[in-house]
Amino acid sequence: MCGIVGLFLKDKSLEPQLGSMLSQMLISLSDRGPDSAGIAIYGAPSKNEAKITIQSAKPERDFRGLDTELAKAIGTPVSIAVKSTHAVVRTTPAKIDEAREAIQALRPDIRIMGAGDVVEIYKEVGLPEAVVDRFDVRSMTGTHGIGHTRMATESAVTTMGAHPFSTGADQCLVHNGSLSNHNNVRRELVREGMKFETENDTEVAAAYLSSQMAHGKNLGEALEGTLSDLDGFFTFVVGTKNGFGVVRDPIACKPAVMAETDQYVAFGSEYRALTKLPGIDNARVWEPEPATVYFWEH
Amino acid sequence: MPATKLSKAATQDHASRIFDLDVSSLRELNQALHNLAPGSNETAWEVLHPKGSHSVAVGVDQPVTIDVRGSVGYYCGGMNSGSTITVHGSAGPGVGENMMSGSIIVKGDASQYAGATGKGGLLVIEGNASSRCGISMKGIDIVVHGNIGHMSAFMAQSGNLVVLGDAGDALGDSIYEARLFVRGKVDSLGADCIAKEMRPEHLELLQGLLDRAGITGVKPSEFKRYGSARTLYNFNIDNADAY
Repeated sequence: MCGIVGLFLKDKSLEPQLGSMLSQMLISLSDRGPDSAGIAIYGAPSKNEAKITIQSAKPERDFRGLDTELAKAIGTPVSIAVKSTHAVVRTTPAKIDEAREAIQALRPDIRIMGAGDVVEIYKEVGLPEAVVDRFDVRSMTGTHGIGHTRMATESAVTTMGAHPFSTGADQCLVHNGSLSNHNNVRRELVREGMKFETENDTEVAAAYLSSQMAHGKNLGEALEGTLSDLDGFFTFVVGTKNGFGVVRDPIACKPAVMAETDQYVAFGSEYRALTKLPGIDNARVWEPEPATVYFWEH
Repeated sequence: MPATKLSKAATQDHASRIFDLDVSSLRELNQALHNLAPGSNETAWEVLHPKGSHSVAVGVDQPVTIDVRGSVGYYCGGMNSGSTITVHGSAGPGVGENMMSGSIIVKGDASQYAGATGKGGLLVIEGNASSRCGISMKGIDIVVHGNIGHMSAFMAQSGNLVVLGDAGDALGDSIYEARLFVRGKVDSLGADCIAKEMRPEHLELLQGLLDRAGITGVKPSEFKRYGSARTLYNFNIDNADAY
């Protein structure tokens, strides 16, 4: 089944509560997918700082001393904030690609969850509540975010098989469904130079969007492309640095419900994910149409 | 039951039995409904704070009224047999799935496959219904005040679907024998579904359905009827593209 949620805040006064609102939404859908869970949060941009979220199965070994070694390697100050199996590396935006390469050279077992100016991604095997607690997601602030609780169908139950998938700076995607032409699309994207970490169909969808946007399309246009180029069942919820988008395939058998108020736009696989949002009783609630792109930008 | 008991029952003050799902579990609610014996005096039920719960009032088989105050998740009123369920909110996927008799009224919108496989009873959706409304319907009557989504009445076998608004793509795809009445536009008809003549018996049938759904100010003559061309009943190689 899988459960997906998304929340795009319009009202700045809600930003301190983003993590707790998104956590509650995701936990309410736990029984849609017990295998793994993940969340991507878009925090407030800060000047001269970009972030890389990294993960290690042996955080004590891999994260210890990484900040000094990394700073030495790239010649710029680096900070690391460790949260359980994940850590957020901060450095100057100009050095972000160099830092990414240096991390992989210094610690080959570290996995990169995502990178960008604002996004942080936390995902692990287990139920949403455990994942949310482990990374203290409730206390996180931000402008928008997406989350996923996974019932694995297309690839293994591993941390890397959990959603969200991030394949470009500040881009990430969660998916409910299964794609049938992901191997072909993956081959085409590999030919373009995209790199893949898993056999997962959703990673292909994320990479497809990154590729489209790298070719100059905006988020809405990139999402439009999924309708002709990706085959299978999907409800996608995507985040970019300042945007939030939703699209369902033309058959649209995967459930989706959205709500909009003056304060936010929210997405849930089911209505119960939205019931605790402020003002939900007076929100415009609707089911997104099949083969129709919805997106918002700050 | 002796007449004396009946008359006594009729004079009792029957306060509705209230289940607050913030306090009681869904299992307690459904078990209490299933425990109803024929002729029970507990005829009026109210469900508070459903908050999108699944399977609210599923499998009820007594002629009671159930008012659900809020929106429900999957399969509300599924397999209903004889009860009258009103959802004062919207309904998730599969509302009234496999209903046998009785009625379900959704004051808001309904999600996918409303009334799927229903064998009898009346399902009224006062808002819009989503895709696959009435899929494989087998005798249920469905009346939608608003619009319905794509692939509605797919493989419908029996019963009536009345839509006051518009229908999405592939209405009545691979339909067997159900009657579809649509007042607005139809995006496209599915395989083997065709527009049909509105004869006097259909106008009469439709008026009856509108009456049962409490709809006034709408004339049966404003609707078009759709149904099966019956060309898919037997395999014909010329139809291979339609399968």
